[in-house]
Amino acid sequence: MPPASSVAERAPDPDVPVDASISLASTGGRRGDSIFRLVALAAGLLVLVVLAGIAFATTRQAWPAFSAEGIGFLTSSDWDPNNGKFGALAFIWGTLLSSAIALVIGVPISIGIALYTNEMAPRRLRRPVTYVIDLLAAIPSVVYGLWGVLVLAPNILPVYDSINSAVGDVPGLSWLFGGKASGRSFMTAGLILAIMIIPIVTSLSREVIATVPRSQREAAYGMGATRWEMIRSAVLPWSRGGIVGATMLGLGRAMGETIAVALVIGSNAQITTHLFSPGDSMAGVIANQWGESSGTYSAALIGLGVVLFAVTILVNVIARRVVRHFDERLKVA
Amino acid sequence: MRSSKRLAWLVALLATVGLVAGACGSSSSGGSSTASTSGGATSDFDYSTLSGTLNGSGSTFQNSFNEAAIAAFADTAPKLTVNYQAVGSGQGKKDLAAGTTQWAGTDSKVADADKGSYAGGPLYFPTVAAPITVSYNLKGVDKVQLSAETLGAIFSGTITSWNDPKIAADNPGTTLPSTAITLAVRSDGSGTTSAFSKYLAKAAASTFTLTAGDTVQWPSSAQAGKGNSGVAQIITQTDGAIGYVDYSDAKASKLSLAAIKNKSGAYVAPSSESASAALAGATIGSDLFIDALDATGADAYPITTGTYVLVSATQKDATTANNLKGWITFLLTDAQSLAADADYAPLPTSLAEQALAQLAKITVG
Repeated sequence: MPPASSVAERAPDPDVPVDASISLASTGGRRGDSIFRLVALAAGLLVLVVLAGIAFATTRQAWPAFSAEGIGFLTSSDWDPNNGKFGALAFIWGTLLSSAIALVIGVPISIGIALYTNEMAPRRLRRPVTYVIDLLAAIPSVVYGLWGVLVLAPNILPVYDSINSAVGDVPGLSWLFGGKASGRSFMTAGLILAIMIIPIVTSLSREVIATVPRSQREAAYGMGATRWEMIRSAVLPWSRGGIVGATMLGLGRAMGETIAVALVIGSNAQITTHLFSPGDSMAGVIANQWGESSGTYSAALIGLGVVLFAVTILVNVIARRVVRHFDERLKVA
Repeated sequence: MRSSKRLAWLVALLATVGLVAGACGSSSSGGSSTASTSGGATSDFDYSTLSGTLNGSGSTFQNSFNEAAIAAFADTAPKLTVNYQAVGSGQGKKDLAAGTTQWAGTDSKVADADKGSYAGGPLYFPTVAAPITVSYNLKGVDKVQLSAETLGAIFSGTITSWNDPKIAADNPGTTLPSTAITLAVRSDGSGTTSAFSKYLAKAAASTFTLTAGDTVQWPSSAQAGKGNSGVAQIITQTDGAIGYVDYSDAKASKLSLAAIKNKSGAYVAPSSESASAALAGATIGSDLFIDALDATGADAYPITTGTYVLVSATQKDATTANNLKGWITFLLTDAQSLAADADYAPLPTSLAEQALAQLAKITVG
């Protein structure tokens, strides 16, 4: 592809009569360009306005709960609507824990798939593998949820139970695997989320890995590196920033997932490090409890939405920064 | 990503259409039993005057009765179309207050603060009642009976295994395993949760330590499922599970149902008949709200609850008011004979007549 500047500096076609205004504008900015800039700016601003509007409207609707609970909305885990107590900490915990499990399981698999399709797979296998992974993204989340609750949850319970009885009493490990195991749990939600984030993390990682210059790889091979040493010394350092960005986008996806998590997490608002215990998430509790809520209760559920919104934006901002950092490094190289 | 999201929407839309169509299809089969009023209240309402559409939404608890009644009503008043979306009592009340529907199905009252949203105030018409079962899954045990106190302790988390002396005392002669108890509860706010927890608060005040309501802060051993079918699923999948499920879903999932000790000291299993017995011993409020929880009567099933049609007393136009009167009259008279088939208990005749009399309060303004 030619550099972008050559297109802009192409000489005007001599057969087309030169309009005075165009020739005037060509020294500063053309009129078409400035109109286009305005339209594009408006489109860009519209997104911000919509975003601000959503933030404002939901915060205003959630205000009765925020003002009644104060900071306790974020620091208390006492969610007892019948007694007018709304503490969201257990839901925040559940969202973060299930998303973290999803990343721990999903990201290594995604990087593995990306490396396989880019570096190792025979050429004729690359496309089918890529297609199948992308297809995972097209499955509606409610289908994942139903599969999770009908198939995964009952069948994985024996696995949890055996892990639990094997290491549930070992100091340190009991912290993660102790407690009474349940089919619907943080772990099951994390597993489902891991499958759901694999497509996005894989396809972004794949693109990043594809940008590693041939010269880098050849240099590594030239030094006598094996394929694994080449990947470790040339491919991974080069694409680290992009993979982190892909991970962040996956995290955003995992935190916002609603119905699949609502179905498999067990809906029990508690803060525990036991991965096999039931928990609850912000998006899940909104979906579950909205129907029968009213007054401050509704406000508190909207408030959960505001908190989720804020956390998700935060994650996305971080993701953009990481991706930009990566882009800048690319340009330097 | 964007195309996948669009696809997800499309699939969701198709699924919704499919579900609605499926629901309509299945309901028409239920209406084949013709309205042969077996006792109960009667009315000489002229159904031929009805035309138009009545939209309703709300309680899932009364959904299968409404489906059967709507199918039968299509023959009685062919020019009037009645729709019902089972979205939960709370959402039904919101929809009616917002004016998107003309009637709501509800298991619970409107909060005092919200009464102003209903023109002329809310009116409740009881339609049917049903038992809430205590269903369980315990390997090797096919008969369990429980007193209110034991049930209260189980659901408060103070009894944690099946061979607890309190459970054993309710079940003389039964060998109970030491399996840990898993509570199966609702993840969504629900009228069923409300009625069940209110029963425990009323009949087991000494052992039930939680606050009753649509959403209860259950102990940490609880697992929650969405809707009655979600709870039924947990029970089916988990050895040692016990939970509350409405009667028709418990029967459909073939769950084992515990007999509950009633006020007279007898252990009674849930059924349409034992729910009717509870209705006979129930106290009726001036707003026609039925309190059949822990009702008197030797054969009464103690966890029986009524379900209601909710409308605004003041209607904008005469057509809607007349349509509502016709539909509710049908529910209170001819449709009562459909109740038992759909696993509900019909209203006692005296209560149905009281409800019919209340129709006069629907006015046009």
